[in-house]
Amino acid sequence: MKLVVNGVEQDVAAETLAAALGALEYGEALVATALNGEFVPARKRAETFLREDDRIEIVAPRQGG
Amino acid sequence: MQHDGGEELETLKVYGVELKSRLLLGTSKYPSLDVMGKSVRAAEAEVVTVSVRRESSRFREGQEFWRIIRDLGVRVLPNTAGCYDVKEAVTTARMAREIFNTPWVKLEVIGDRDTLAPDVFGTVEAARILCTDGFEVFPYTTEDLIVCDRLVEAGCKALMPWGAPIGSGKGLNNPFGLRVLRARFPDTPLIVDAGIGLPSHATAAMELGYDAVLLNTAVGTAGDPIAMARAFREAVEAGYAAYRAGPMQPRDLAAPSTPVVGKAALT
Repeated sequence: MKLVVNGVEQDVAAETLAAALGALEYGEALVATALNGEFVPARKRAETFLREDDRIEIVAPRQGG
Repeated sequence: MQHDGGEELETLKVYGVELKSRLLLGTSKYPSLDVMGKSVRAAEAEVVTVSVRRESSRFREGQEFWRIIRDLGVRVLPNTAGCYDVKEAVTTARMAREIFNTPWVKLEVIGDRDTLAPDVFGTVEAARILCTDGFEVFPYTTEDLIVCDRLVEAGCKALMPWGAPIGSGKGLNNPFGLRVLRARFPDTPLIVDAGIGLPSHATAAMELGYDAVLLNTAVGTAGDPIAMARAFREAVEAGYAAYRAGPMQPRDLAAPSTPVVGKAALT
């Protein structure tokens, strides 16, 4: 399925957000997710189904002021 | 007030958390993560600001950064830096809450790209949403009295007026406005956030009676960030101690410090 992951178009073989994270090899990394601009809590990823052209944001801790 | 000079410095209590350090430090712009960690230790900061940014599954930069922060044993204050509208800031705050497992958020809704001035209208709106949602909001704001009133009404139990634009290093642009805020909100923790460039600026903020200062660029981009972190720690402590000691009132005319009475008549 064609998805836009962190601004980059990719083909990802996954039906759910949880499966997409697995397919993208995030493994156990500490990340948070948003789908089409809406926050998706970790506990909801497995029940969050994806559609063609969905925009996924995957973020992690980073330096900040 | 005691007069023996032995008055103990009080802890800062914010959202129910007691802090000994009144210097909150950012984690960005250091030459390396190692220098960042050493600077946080030199500052003796107990709270550091962090952000969330896109993570690549290949490079995983965020995971290494987070490991270092955890090892420092400090409390984190996640920000919504770079957000220009309410929805973006609220979504970023929710992602940060999950990642860092804290209700604290340094709320930034930016209104102007050149000055990074806060969009105070958006900040109030986002603060209302986040406070209702259980967040403990530290709003980055101007020193505008009415905006600060609205932020407190929205549920904020701390305020973070800017000293000057983020990263400008100009110090306190409006000491009068900051002083008015201190008088109006005697029981709300007030933290000068942004614009601090020199230790003397931090001292000046504390001498106004502010509870703490938050800074990043002044330490991160210093020639020797670790030494500068130490300098800021001492500056904040000096300003706080001076405020508590009761500074003299300035006056227009001179007043001799040496007694006039008893001077020998020699002319």
